[in-house]
Amino acid sequence: MSASAKNKLTVTAEPGKQEVFITREFDAPRELVYKAHIDPKLYVQWLGPHGYEMILEEFEPVNGGKYRYIHKDKDGNEYGFHGTFHEMSIDNMVQTFEFEGYPGHVSLDCMTLEELPDNRTRATIHSVFQSVADRDGMVQNGMEKGVREGYERLDEILAKL
Amino acid sequence: MARTPTTHDPFNAVAEPKRRQVLEALGMRELSVNDLVALLGWNQPSVSKHLGVLKQVGLVSERRVGRQRLYRVNGERLKPIYDWVAPFERYWSESFERLDKVLEQLKKEK
Repeated sequence: MSASAKNKLTVTAEPGKQEVFITREFDAPRELVYKAHIDPKLYVQWLGPHGYEMILEEFEPVNGGKYRYIHKDKDGNEYGFHGTFHEMSIDNMVQTFEFEGYPGHVSLDCMTLEELPDNRTRATIHSVFQSVADRDGMVQNGMEKGVREGYERLDEILAKL
Repeated sequence: MARTPTTHDPFNAVAEPKRRQVLEALGMRELSVNDLVALLGWNQPSVSKHLGVLKQVGLVSERRVGRQRLYRVNGERLKPIYDWVAPFERYWSESFERLDKVLEQLKKEK
């Protein structure tokens, strides 16, 4: 079984609420998962959807530091994101997040890393948006348009409901 | 933005936790109102009320078998709700798939 099949991503966005929860497990100890979030050379290797170049323009993963990155698709379209790190530690990663295509709508993302047996880690991201409409806009657009998944995934939402 | 009436929009229909419980209880099977009353422990009028809304938005279908009415989840109507979250989910699942590879590499270097 591949790591992604075993370590399934869960997105919880209850209707009418301003928040989203994302959880995912990793086959690696907490220190390494944290390292992949604060080392710029590592960060650019994984953040963003497939097929996008990740350009890290600013990255100061310390308390009060700022960041800005661009996801660039193969047609040259650029999607910019920026924010500041309120707290950056292995116990708590708190940052603001703003999609430059939807300016003025800022979310607060808190990420925690929980140690699991067998050197595994569970990451939980809790994003709080300024309004239900902001959350729905962000979740619906993702950072990409027109993505369609097949009916085979329907079983999953049935299981989640 | 004006809200669409509950009875027209599956999103609003599932915004009510009790209606999500009804969908969850139905799952992939067909049940009667009495089955649902027994499963959920609510009174019959309350079960019927929520079933009525779910039926109106098309999230639940009804079928008569003899004197009984059986209800089931109409999966196709749930698809828009799934599609709504799919792009966001894809962003993170693809990022984390790559993070898995980065972590594998880091473990080897250790």
